[in-house]
Order: sequence, then structure tokens, then C-alpha cells
Amino acid sequence: MFGTKEPIARHTITVLVNNEAGVLARVIGLFSGRGYNIESLTVAEIDASSHTSRITVVTSGTAHVIDQIKAQLARLVPVQKVRDLTVDGPAVERELALVKVRGGGDKRVEALRLSEAFRAHVIDTTHESFVFELTGSPEKLDAFVELMRGLGLVEVARTGVAAITRGPAAL
Amino acid sequence: MADMDMTGAEMVIRALVDQGVEVLFGYPGGAVLPIYDALFNQDKLRHILVRHEQGAAHAAEGYARSSGKPGVLLVTSGPGATNTITGLTDALMDSIPLVCLTGQVATHLIGTDAFQECDTVGITRSCTKHNVLVKDVNDLAQALHEAFYVATHGRPGPVVVDIPKDVQFQIGRYVGPANIAPRSYRPQVKGDLGRIQQAAEMIRDAKRPVIYSGGGVINSGPAASQLLRDLARLTGFPVTSTLMGLGAFPASDSNWLGMLGMHGTYEANMVMHEADLILNIGARFDDRVTGRLDLFAPHAKKIHIDIDPSSINKTVRVDLGIVGDVGHVLEDLIKVWKAKQYRTQTKDLESWWAQIDQWRGRECLRYRASDTIIKPQYALQRLFELTRDRDAVITTEVGQHQMWAAQYLGFEKPNRWLTSGGLGTMGYGLPAAIGAQLAHPGKLVIDVAGEASILMNIQELSTAVQYRLPVKVFILNNQYMGMVRQWQELLHGGRYSESYSEALPDFVKLAEAYHAKGMRATKPQELDDMIIEMISSDQPVIFDCVVDKTENCFPMIPSGKGHHEMILGPEEDPVEISDEGRMMV
Repeated sequence: MFGTKEPIARHTITVLVNNEAGVLARVIGLFSGRGYNIESLTVAEIDASSHTSRITVVTSGTAHVIDQIKAQLARLVPVQKVRDLTVDGPAVERELALVKVRGGGDKRVEALRLSEAFRAHVIDTTHESFVFELTGSPEKLDAFVELMRGLGLVEVARTGVAAITRGPAAL
Repeated sequence: MADMDMTGAEMVIRALVDQGVEVLFGYPGGAVLPIYDALFNQDKLRHILVRHEQGAAHAAEGYARSSGKPGVLLVTSGPGATNTITGLTDALMDSIPLVCLTGQVATHLIGTDAFQECDTVGITRSCTKHNVLVKDVNDLAQALHEAFYVATHGRPGPVVVDIPKDVQFQIGRYVGPANIAPRSYRPQVKGDLGRIQQAAEMIRDAKRPVIYSGGGVINSGPAASQLLRDLARLTGFPVTSTLMGLGAFPASDSNWLGMLGMHGTYEANMVMHEADLILNIGARFDDRVTGRLDLFAPHAKKIHIDIDPSSINKTVRVDLGIVGDVGHVLEDLIKVWKAKQYRTQTKDLESWWAQIDQWRGRECLRYRASDTIIKPQYALQRLFELTRDRDAVITTEVGQHQMWAAQYLGFEKPNRWLTSGGLGTMGYGLPAAIGAQLAHPGKLVIDVAGEASILMNIQELSTAVQYRLPVKVFILNNQYMGMVRQWQELLHGGRYSESYSEALPDFVKLAEAYHAKGMRATKPQELDDMIIEMISSDQPVIFDCVVDKTENCFPMIPSGKGHHEMILGPEEDPVEISDEGRMMV
């Protein structure tokens, strides 16, 4: 019996898969079918010659649920490797956001000033708008978006987390 | 000639033959016509024409479970594919190796809502172990061989290969099955030796042990069943088993406790409750087995041997998990045991067995006999007595009759008991019997059925007649969906909502309409002669055994209760079922 009072923790799991049709649907279907959370999910091919894609899932659950998620992922036929970067870490996590802010006057100046403080880049501008590009931890992105809310924020696009372990060892 | 050019349809036939397939179950249609054309021109594969694609899937399951070989089916696109869903899900839940070939509309029509198009790989993704849509004829042979590899390696399961019609016509290069394994799928079959050593020590130290074995022992092959017997012999431990595992350990053995779980024996469940060591061999702590989880086996250390890592610690936390094929793990475990010259705690085991004998003394399978009406338990006892020297293969439908069959028929060998355990599929038994009869032409194959379940795939009687398969359908006819009625009696105040089988057909005439043999028994006195007549017939038979309408299946662990809270029979006071218990299925 697994207690329901176990603490819930956030885990970043990296999955190497064969890049074949339906593999992402298989992973997402596993999460929805078994009632697991997905906080963010990114996927892209990382090696065209070996048709390998890397999926990074940020999920949360009790230690028992996280173990189940890893075991269930590992038994999917196209899955090559499953690594829990939260456990196997330390790891670095980065996310990219594109943030559109509209307005003029002081607010426009303040938005630009804050973007510099966050080391965001302006990648599009008009007389009445900016699009900022910002990379960092999800928390940093949250903070920036929160600050822009009072300064004319109209749209946000985020990629979800990509993560990799620190140090020389490879997956 | 290992590699050669041929059409996609010809590749399908060639790949099946190269995989050693002898029988395939199927139903033709527009999107598989090229494959049926290729079938027409060969004599290596035997095609069995079912009457419904669900029947094909269950027949393939019956073939697989009784032979240990993968079952193969071939169906058309759209409704042909969707009709297999129940069978695929059943095979996934019970770990049965199936390869299901589905036709698909031509590649340029995919996504256009073409006639008889459905998203087969999308629909079957969650009810298969793996599936694949083959869009290039040059990938087809590899996909087919991989399908067999995946279906039969690791924890077995169903695999769908979806083949568009244009791919079946195209010419491509065939490759043989040698050296084909998906690069990312390599299940672990050997268990970790350190853990096996630990298991041996836990077995040595146990005072109140039990072996809880499951379908994994049967899936591992006959050698694993033998090793289970060897282990029981070496240790003197009592053995119980899940519904799926019946036959892996002989029912006539003195260490046998009977099945455990919701309708298991009193002694098996009490042993689980009081045990200090549970050795789970290829079972998965299913909810029918554990009952209420926080009351499950409170005193026991648990060892779990399973080939599927996700089974370990899924619902029950275990003290020692060993990932591997049970056959390999048992072999190593016995080697370690012998090499270290371990001995069990003989004195403790003696008092454990004395306790077990007391529980056995409750005679939990006793029922009130009758000489005017056929009790379902009596019917099965007579069926068992009159067939026990025939090494029969038994299939079932789902419900009370299934549980009674599990309780009253003793199985001595693996692969003789085919039942829908995980999914609980009514309509499984008749097509599964057809599959088993094809795998074992000379054997006596009996589907123990209920009058409601049998009507769910009765059309397959036509298949049995066409291929002269002398399967016997033994219907325990109580005019109710008995298990539904039993639950309504216990949990819903006796309000028998829609569980009465009104307007039943005359099963004797029904059999005759299909050109099979029909029989009916209504009195206990006529049962023996009629059962003998049934099993000596060389025809398919429907035996309408009219039984007590109100008999309930006992013993029973009510919903939301623990193993030690069984109801032994109708004379016991009605139990209070909590609201939480009522929520459980």
C-alpha cells in the first residue's frame, strides 16, 4: 500500500526515443492514460543519423508515482533510455520565452529597462510594441512575465524545459 | 534466396511462414484483398474464417495460451480493425502474445475519411504493447518480424501491424527474420544474482511462508512450471495462485491451497493474511487478489519476481523486487539454494502447516447439495470427475461460472486453463476454445459458459462447425447474469436491475440450427450420462445445463474488505459494505 500523504516533488525526466511516427503520442498517451501530470514537455530530434529524439518531461508526483512513470516509459518499445535528472543530477535546466509587450510612454521605457536587467533580447520592435526573447530557468521566466503584466503584456510563447546533467558524463 | 523481391501481400505470407505460423484467424474485406489473394495461392498457412473479428482475436488468444506460440489474426480496415479492440485489450491485460495484421486504406487516402478508414494505430495505441503503420513496402518485412519479436519477448502482448492497401500491391525487398530485434527493446530475462541470493536467505528464514504464483509462470514456458514444483518440493512451502496461473502447480499436490483472491479459498486467503513471507512469482498484485490494499498481508515481507519492471511496486510495496523471466530466476534461485545447502525452518513450518490444516478444515467450497435441482458446483464437480483422465483444455466466459470453474476444476498442467482474467471479457470462451482446439486437434476442449456470456460470441459456433472442431460448450444456465445478480443482492438491496436473461433462446435448437449437437440437463440424476454423451461426441456440442437460479458464488471477499474477512456462504450474516467498498468494482 502506498500512502497518499507522501510528499509530491517536481522531477525533470529525459527520454531518448527512436524518432518514429507516433512516438510522442505514445509518451503523452501514457501520461494521460495513467493519470500522471505533465508540467512541461519538449521534444526535438537530436541526432538525425540515428533517428534519435530527446523528450524532456517535467512532471510531479510522489516518489512512488515518479518510479512508476520511469518504469512505464522504459517499457515503451521505441524508448532507448530514461533518466531522472532530478535524481541523477546535478543538472541545468533552461527554457526560452518570447514575450510581446504593447504600449508607450513610461511603461514602454520601464519594460525595456527591466528586459536589460533580465538579459532579454529585443527581437522585434515597432513604435508601440516589443518582442523579448528570454532564456533561463522556468522561475526566471515566470518572474519576467509577471513583471511585464503591468507594463502591457499581450502574449507569451514558451518552449518548455530542456535539461542536461552538469559535468563531463554523458547520457 | 534469403532476400528477394515480391509484393507486400506476398511478404505478409512469407513472413508468417518464416515465423513458423501455421494457423491464422481472419475475416476478409476491401483493404486486405491483396493479402487474401496471396493466401489463395499457397498451402503453408491455414486460414480460419471467423464470423466476427472479435472472435478472431479471442481465437488467436486461445491458440496462443494453449500452445505457447503467438496467435495471429488478419482483418480489414475500419470496422474490421475496431472489432478487434476488445480482444487486443484482453491480450494486453493478460499478457498474451498476438500479432494482429490490419488492412488500411491506400496511403494517399489516409486522413481523408475514406470508406472503411479509421486511425487504427491511434485507436490501438493504448490497447497494444506496440503498433506500427507501414507506409513503405521496403519496411514491411522488418516491421512484421519485429512485431513477432515484441509480441513474444519480455512481457508478452498484442502487436498491431497496419498495412495500407497500396503497400500490399507494391513490390519491394523481403528480408528474413534473422537478427531482427528492435534496437530499443531488450527486456531483461536474467535476474540480479545478488537479489536472488537475498531471496534465498529470506526463504531460509521464513516461518510462515507462501508462494503466490501467477500467469508469468505459464508465460515463461513449461520449464518454469516444473521449476515452481521443484521449489515447492525443496522448501515444502504452501502454494497458491492467481486465476491466470492455475495449472502451473498441480491441484492434486498436497502443498496446493487453491486459488486466492476475491473468490479464492479460505485457506489461501488466510495464509496470505497471516504469512510472514510472500514469494510472488510472476503475478501482479491485482485488485481481485489483494482486496483492500491497506489490509493486505500486513505481516509479510514480500518478494516479487516479474519480467516487467513496472509491475514491481505498482500497487503493493515489496521488500525485494527481482526483474527477470521467472524461469531464469527460479533456476538461479534453486541453484543458490542447493549450493549454499540452505534448509528451511522445519519446526516453524510444521506449526504453519498445522494452522493451514485447521483453515482447510473449514471446507470453504462446501455447498448445500440438492437431488431435485442441479447445483452449478455439482455440475462442475461431475464435469471434472468425468473428464479428469482426458487432460482437457478448459476455457470460460466471465462471471459466476468462471469462478466456480476456477474453484471446482483441478488443473494439473499449464496451458489447460484459458480465461479472461484482467479484462473480464464476456464472449471470450467460445472463440478461445476454437483457437485451443486448432492448436490441439485431438484434445477435449470445453468452454464452461453462462447463458448470458455465450450469446456475446455465439456466432463462432458456425466457425466450429465449418472446421469440424468438436468444442463443447457447457452452459451453466441460471437465467441471470449471475455475478451481476449476486452483487445486486449484496450491494444494491436485491434490486435486480436488468440482470435477468429474459427471452433466452432454446439452446438445443440453437445448436441444431448451427448444425451442431444440442443437449439439455435439468436433473442431477441425468447429469453423468449426458456429460459422458457430450464428451464422446465428435461434434461441437452446446450443453444447456439448467442450474439453481439463485446460487451465489462463495467464498467471497466483499468489496473493501481484507483477506481475513471472507464470507464463507449464504448462511453467514450479511456483511456491512462501506461506501468506499461500494465504489470498487
